[in-house]
Amino acid sequence: MRQTRSIEISTGLFIILGFCALLFLAFETTNIQAYGDTGGYDVIATFTNVGGLKVRAPVTMAGVSVGRVTGIRLDPQTFNAVVTMRIASKYDQIPDDSAAAILTSGLLGEQYVGLSPGASETFLKNGAKIQQTQSAIILENLIGQFLFNKASSGGSK
Amino acid sequence: MGLLRELYYIFLGFFQGLGACFLFLFRILRCTPAALLRWRIIWQQIYSVGAMSLVLIMVSGFFVGMVMGLQGYNTLSKFAATSALGTLVALSLLRELGPVVTALLFAGRAGTALTSEIGLMRATEQIAGMEMMAVDPVRRVVVPRFLAGAVSVPLLTMIFSAVGILGGFVVGVSFMGVDSGAFWSQMRVNVDLWDDVIGGLIKSVVFGGACSLLAVYEGYYSHPTAEGVSRATTRTVVNSALAVLVLDYLLTAFMIHGV
Repeated sequence: MRQTRSIEISTGLFIILGFCALLFLAFETTNIQAYGDTGGYDVIATFTNVGGLKVRAPVTMAGVSVGRVTGIRLDPQTFNAVVTMRIASKYDQIPDDSAAAILTSGLLGEQYVGLSPGASETFLKNGAKIQQTQSAIILENLIGQFLFNKASSGGSK
Repeated sequence: MGLLRELYYIFLGFFQGLGACFLFLFRILRCTPAALLRWRIIWQQIYSVGAMSLVLIMVSGFFVGMVMGLQGYNTLSKFAATSALGTLVALSLLRELGPVVTALLFAGRAGTALTSEIGLMRATEQIAGMEMMAVDPVRRVVVPRFLAGAVSVPLLTMIFSAVGILGGFVVGVSFMGVDSGAFWSQMRVNVDLWDDVIGGLIKSVVFGGACSLLAVYEGYYSHPTAEGVSRATTRTVVNSALAVLVLDYLLTAFMIHGV
């Protein structure tokens, strides 16, 4: 009887350990907070090129995450990319002339949207559009430009 | 001509085995509600199948994680990208190594025990005895063992992955000097709850079901001799390993294209 009981207790401990491992993996190793914040307001911005930006990429301001990218689609008239972002409702005092830029964390890191504040007295609201945007820097274009400049400056000498 | 006939019989045998296995699965599932009422038997089987495998799984997971940390650091340092070590270790463990290695270890540690136990019950006519007493041996012997295996493998897989990530952390951060903040933050940015953690969990549920089914099936239908039981045990390991690797490919292909 005693033995049966200790067996059953160890089984219970084993099962609890398994679920603890699952919780550890779910909460400590993943971007689970990307799913949590459903509250907030949507802001859109158009970019001529989003590069490698993906849905659920963070939106940051001064390096602090203030929201997430919720959708990326192509505007069929202008052929620009329209990026929808959801900003957490506690950051509801972002000036409406703020600028959005697609930046890269590190040389090979992921891409994210960086907001830099403007000076306006009115704030971004739900459905507002960010006017000033800066597209992703495409490394190939940059290298092409650099080589072109090099060649033209070399030619003038 | 003889070779063709041989191939024909091999194929026939394969399909026959597959069909018999699925019929046995239906038989198990039909008896499951009745067996669930006697949850104490299942509980005790989880002890012998799952809890007893815990030390093996944890030690293996730790060392697999440590090797991942070492190999990953060595390779990533060539690209000056050692800060991605956490991502590498976590994704490899959660998506592939955790479910597959745990299922293979489980087949070796617990699947063989299930097969030989049921096979010996068959050989010593205990199963026939139960039938004489109008006790359904599938309900009393097979279903608790199958359910215990199917429950234990996902739990063991999660423990394996968690311990493995800690192993990678120990080697990467303590021995190799990767920044601890970069290790965790890069992992958190790149590991997705649904694609990676839940995807690995689904894999482990399928592997657990397959390994347990093969183990109880081989045991229940083994020849009631010493040699028959030993052959059934061998077949359990071989078939489980093949089933896990083939299912792993199919599930991975399905998950990558389905998402």
